Amino acid sequence: MTISKTSLFTRQELIGFIVLAVVIFVLLPLALDNFRLNLFGKYLTYAFVAIGLVLCWGAGGILSLGQGVFFGLGGYCMAMFLKLEASTPENTSIQSTPGIPDFMDWNQLTELPSWWVPFYSLTFSLVAVVIVPVIFAFIIGVAMFRRRVGGVYFAIITQAFAAILTILIIGQQGYTGGVNGITDLRTLKGWDIRTDEAKEVLYYVNGVLLFVVLVIAQFVRKSKLGRILIAMRDQEDRVRFSGYDVAGFKIFIFCLGAAFAGIGGAMFTLQVGFMSPTLVGIVPSIEMVIFCAVGGRLSILGAVYGALLVNWAKTTFSESFPELWLFGLGGLFIAVVMLFPNGLAGVWSEKIMPRIAGLMEGRKPTAKPLVAPSPKEKEAA
Amino acid sequence: MTAPQGYLLKVEGLTVSFDGFKAVNDLSFYVEPNECRVIIGPNGAGKTTVLDLICGRTKATDGSVKFREKELLTMREDQIVHAGVGRKFQTPSVYEDLTVFENLEISYPKGYSVFGALAFRRDAVVQERIQEIAEMIFLEDMLSEKAAFLSHGQKQWLEIGMLLIQDPELLMLDEPVAGMSVAERVKTAELLNRIIADRSVIVIEHDMGFVEDIATRVNVLHQGKMLSEGSMAHVKADPKVIEVYLGH
Repeated sequence: MTISKTSLFTRQELIGFIVLAVVIFVLLPLALDNFRLNLFGKYLTYAFVAIGLVLCWGAGGILSLGQGVFFGLGGYCMAMFLKLEASTPENTSIQSTPGIPDFMDWNQLTELPSWWVPFYSLTFSLVAVVIVPVIFAFIIGVAMFRRRVGGVYFAIITQAFAAILTILIIGQQGYTGGVNGITDLRTLKGWDIRTDEAKEVLYYVNGVLLFVVLVIAQFVRKSKLGRILIAMRDQEDRVRFSGYDVAGFKIFIFCLGAAFAGIGGAMFTLQVGFMSPTLVGIVPSIEMVIFCAVGGRLSILGAVYGALLVNWAKTTFSESFPELWLFGLGGLFIAVVMLFPNGLAGVWSEKIMPRIAGLMEGRKPTAKPLVAPSPKEKEAA
Repeated sequence: MTAPQGYLLKVEGLTVSFDGFKAVNDLSFYVEPNECRVIIGPNGAGKTTVLDLICGRTKATDGSVKFREKELLTMREDQIVHAGVGRKFQTPSVYEDLTVFENLEISYPKGYSVFGALAFRRDAVVQERIQEIAEMIFLEDMLSEKAAFLSHGQKQWLEIGMLLIQDPELLMLDEPVAGMSVAERVKTAELLNRIIADRSVIVIEHDMGFVEDIATRVNVLHQGKMLSEGSMAHVKADPKVIEVYLGH
C-alpha cells in the first residue's frame, strides 16, 4: 500500500494534529476563563512528559517510573534563574545577606553557592533546562542499558532515582529551598509573569513548544529509528544480531524523553510560579505514566489528551472528594490497563474511527488494529 | 582438505562453562569459504550454544573464534554482524508489529547508528533490494502485511531474508526447517541451496534427508565435544556416532 511513502504525516495524522491545534489555540482559550486556562496550561506541561513516555515506553518498551526527575530538573533550572532575578538586593534588603534567595538567608547561607551563579544568565538557564535532564538521563542510560538492565528492573531503578532526588532536594534546604521548593518567582527579564496577560502569553508559548515537541516526536516515529524502537521492544535480540547497538538506541530515546520532560518542567515553573520536590518524586512520576497510559501509550496525540483529561478529572474530583482522588486514579489505571490497553487513542482508532469510516463510505466497519503490545511488555506494565 | 586461501572461520579450543558444567568443551573446527557445514547431535549436545558463542550471544570461558583472522570473542554482537557473520534463531524472530517490508528494511545494511537511522531514506536502491529479497523468500505479495499475520514457515523465510539482505559471508542457521510443512520444507531446501552457493553456512539440523542434501561436511557433537567430523558418508559409518545418535 504505502511502501514507498515515508511522508511525515498521513492524512489522518495531519487531521489529528490540526484538531489538537484548534483545541489548544482556539477552543480552550474561548471556553475558559483566565484562571482555568492557566490550569490547562499547567496540565499541558505534563503532556511534554507523556509524549516522551510514548516514545520510550509505547514504542521502545522502556518503562520509566522516574520521569518526574527530568521534569523537576528542567523546572528547577528555570526556577533558579527566576529566583535569582527576583532576589535583587533591593527586594531582599531585609535579609541579613541581601541579594541571595530568601531560603538561603533563612538557612544561614551568607553567599550564593558557586553552582547557582551561571543561572544569572537566561541563555545558560534555557540551555540547562534541556541539557541538565539529558545529562542525567545519559548517565542513567549508560549505566543501565549498557549492562542490559531492562523491563521491571529498569522501572524500579528509575523510581529509586526519583526518590533519591526528592530526598536530596529536601535535605539540602539551603541550596534548593527544601520541601517548600523555590517560590515567590516574579519576573522574567523584567516581565511580570504573575499577571493575567503574562499567563495568557505563556499559555500560548507553551502550546507552540508542545507542537514543536510533537513534530519532533512524529519525525522520530516516522524515521527508521522509530521502527527500530518497535522492533527492539518485540525482539531485542534480533535487532542486536541485525547489527544494531541496542543500548545506544535506548540511551538516545531515554535522553530525548528527558529533554521533553525538562521543557515541560520549565513551562510548569513559568506558568505556576514555583517548583517544588512534590513534582519530582515517585507519585508524580507514576501519575505521568498514567497520563500516558490513559491517553494511549502508542499515540503521541493521545498522550496529550490523556494529560489533559486525567488532570482535569483530578482537579474536578479533588475539589469535591479530596480523600477519594488517589483511589480514583488507581482505579482508572487498572481499568485502562485491563480494558483498553491502548488507551483513549486505541478506543478511538479501533472502535470509533472504523464506525465513522464505515458510515462515510457506507461499508461494514473494518477494525484496523494499532500496534499491539507484546506480552513481555504487558508484564512490565 | 586445507584450502590454499585459508579458512574463513577458525574455532579453536572453544569452551564455555555454566557453573562448572561444560556445555561446550575444547571444541575445534574450521570452516572454509563457500562451505556448508552442518552440525548434528542429540539434544543438549551444545549445538545452539556453539552458534551463540560464535555470534557473541554467550561469552566463552576459553578458546578462540577467528573470522577472517579477526578474533570474534572480544567483539560486541553488533560488531560481529558488521564483520560479516549473520545468525538465524531457532524460533522465528521477526518483528510482528512491523510489515514484511519494514522487517527487511531494518535489516538493510545502512543507517546503523542512531543518527544514521534518523537520516535513513527509503530510496529506490533500498526498495529494489527489498523487492529482490522478497521474491527470493517467496513473500513478494506480502510486503505490506504485518509479520504477525504470516504462517510459521513464512516467518522462517522472512528471517532468512532479513539475513540475506545483509549479505553476510558466514550465515548460521539454527534448525531452519523445523516446524515446516512438507511443501514448505521443499521450498526452503531450494532457497537454502541457492543461498549457500556463494557464502559459507553453518546449519544445525535434525532432518537427515535434508542434511544429506546440503552438507559439505558434518560435525557431530555429543555432550559439548566433537564426536566425529567429515563427510556425511564418513560420519554415518562412524561406530561412535551410530552408538550415541543415529542408532536410536
